[in-house]
Amino acid sequence: MPTFVYMTRCDGCGHCVDICPSDIMHIDKTYRRAYNIEPNMCWECYACVKACPQNAIDVRGYADFAPMGHSVRTLREEEKGTISWKLKFRDGREKNFESPIRTTPWGSIKSAEDYAAPNQEAMKSQELAHEPNALNIDKLPALAPDQLKLGVV
Amino acid sequence: MGLFSKRKTVFVDADILVIGGGMAGCGATYESRYWGRDKKIVVVEKANIERSGAVAQGLYAINCYMGMQWDENQPEDHVRYARNDLMGLVREDLGYDIARHVDSTVHKFEEWGLPIMKDPETGRYLREGKWQIMIHGESYKPIVAEAARKAATEVYNRIMVTHLLMDKTKANRVAGAVGFNVRTGDFYVFRAKAVIVAAGGASHIFKPRAVGEGMGRTWYAPWSSASAYALPILVGAKMTQMENRIVLTRFKDGYGPVGAYFLHLKTYTENAYGNDYEPTWYENTKELVGDYIDRHPVPTCLRNHAFLEEVKAGRGPIRMVTKEAFQDPHKEQVGWENFLGMTIGQAVVWASQNIDPKEINPELTTSEPYVMGSHATCSGAWASGPEDYAPDDYQWGYNRMMTVEGLFGAGDTIGGTAHKFSSGSFTEGRIAAKAAVNYVNDLGNDQPQVRESEYENLKQVVFQPLETYDVGRNEIVAGTVSPSYLLPIHGLQRLEKIMDEYVGGISAHYTTNEPMLTRGLELLDMLKEDLAYLGAEDLHQLQRSWELQHRVLASECVTHHTMFRKETRWPGYYYRADHPKLDDTDWHCFTLSQYDRESGKWTMDTAPVYHIVD
Repeated sequence: MPTFVYMTRCDGCGHCVDICPSDIMHIDKTYRRAYNIEPNMCWECYACVKACPQNAIDVRGYADFAPMGHSVRTLREEEKGTISWKLKFRDGREKNFESPIRTTPWGSIKSAEDYAAPNQEAMKSQELAHEPNALNIDKLPALAPDQLKLGVV
Repeated sequence: MGLFSKRKTVFVDADILVIGGGMAGCGATYESRYWGRDKKIVVVEKANIERSGAVAQGLYAINCYMGMQWDENQPEDHVRYARNDLMGLVREDLGYDIARHVDSTVHKFEEWGLPIMKDPETGRYLREGKWQIMIHGESYKPIVAEAARKAATEVYNRIMVTHLLMDKTKANRVAGAVGFNVRTGDFYVFRAKAVIVAAGGASHIFKPRAVGEGMGRTWYAPWSSASAYALPILVGAKMTQMENRIVLTRFKDGYGPVGAYFLHLKTYTENAYGNDYEPTWYENTKELVGDYIDRHPVPTCLRNHAFLEEVKAGRGPIRMVTKEAFQDPHKEQVGWENFLGMTIGQAVVWASQNIDPKEINPELTTSEPYVMGSHATCSGAWASGPEDYAPDDYQWGYNRMMTVEGLFGAGDTIGGTAHKFSSGSFTEGRIAAKAAVNYVNDLGNDQPQVRESEYENLKQVVFQPLETYDVGRNEIVAGTVSPSYLLPIHGLQRLEKIMDEYVGGISAHYTTNEPMLTRGLELLDMLKEDLAYLGAEDLHQLQRSWELQHRVLASECVTHHTMFRKETRWPGYYYRADHPKLDDTDWHCFTLSQYDRESGKWTMDTAPVYHIVD
């Protein structure tokens, strides 16, 4: 429906509520656990599934075109830097995949303000931060049009 | 408004306000900090920047990378490519600008930890196609968000921006924005010296193919609610090419991408009887668009056109021939991981229908239309170009500044720059941000000021749907049918039906004409009037109400543009049946529109297309 939450696994922590890009994971007032309040605005992006510490959230494909009996489960491991997938077809066949998600430690990005401050000349140039070095070429390319053409080219 | 007099107003001051924390917004935030060390940089996002925008789910490719370090492509080549794909009409100055900077963006992504695949023989980035490189991008957005969070002074998640604020001291100058917190219901007034709109394009303005539970499985994210356009339109910023909606040929129902399949896996399409159908429609297409059909690569819209004609001729379904390629285990792995990295819903569809592409050639379909500015389409705001070479007609101030002073844009917001994708949108955010820092520095003591009466009035307007619901709800026993209010979903479905039937959606085979558009505008007018009766049960519904307001205004703009351009420039995206051919004599130009908030009237105009690159 697309995402749904298993009653016995959810502890109501709200990680899914916090991450859902569509604002459709909410806490049920009676059960104090999460559920999908608006399945027809779910993109099946799996942001909530990946964020759930209890593995309480799963996806059942959209009822209007996905026959039942399938499952696509995932485990995202930040420390290991991988994401694993287990696909189960309606007829029982299975496929497994694993991909890297990041090559550096989480939180390791150097902040923009930790670089030497740009001077006034750079401020007025066309170069962006870290250019031209970060382009891995000598110089930022530029156009010097001697004429502007109208019509079809 | 006694009911809401106690609602809290929170004031936030910023030198630079970035609206929307997707790829473009994160690029704008990073670059604002780099150039504006002493500046207060504020990001406001309706979701959570960790997973927001079109890249929330991840990506399996970066579709805009030159590879200048290996002399793979030069920026001029990308301009020619985008111009060709958009049937001659792109802002070459803006496109070149993105292309010359985009490699430095991608190199930073790699340094930050984004896994980019490498060609084992050359050590270079692994090419999927001429412009695309392959990545393991499940965490593309969290990585980019980390860089933005470190750069921002403050990030405000879960605040839906509803309107921009204008300066009280100087006409046509932006001074901030207002919105509300979707969790607390507090009203936010952002007072800013410069504003960068980096919000999302538009899904759900045309009726989607799945209208039940699956309506959320649109090609573009359902949270892309046209704020990229509505925010600038409302304050009178000029828009361009809003008629240039895009239709995507994708795997059926899941809208799984086909790029890696065509380019890397070398799969190909055929009709239901195993024939290559594109040559069948060559003469027909040539009749409509002339020599454009002979260009390489064949423009995206023209490939759609052949697909549509073949289906109309009764030889569907069109299938992707995957059985051969998928016998190679590496290719099979790439084929599946491509979906799992960016369109998981397609893997769900195939698992549910027992479609293993090793054994079955999967069906393709053409999507409902979308309006956005970063894929093979270029709707958006009319923006000033780069100072060092943009023609005078394209230059009136700072790079990426719209026709409103101090109002900048990037990503889906900026028109005329097709094929920027994720990396180009981030890059455009960087370009806009450096210009915005310069703008703020140059302001000196002449700083914009918000008008109290304006934001107090908007406070009432923004929360009105909650009151409308509370009052109207008491009239009825239960249920969703009220004589006094419409729920956001009601308005959304009416909008989608109008656009679908009158403005060239799927049920009309993407076809419209002047009488249809005229009727569509009449119905849109009534819908706009009815938006005064939107009812919201809670803050979530209030967010949906304002997303709908943004979608409706953008749709009205799209309809006016579609009416104005009296030709069929992009067959396969849409057809003006009363002007069925491409017309380079009268319409080799950009369309421009401007909305007047007081009168509700639109003014249409054209602007010349300058070719800067041969």
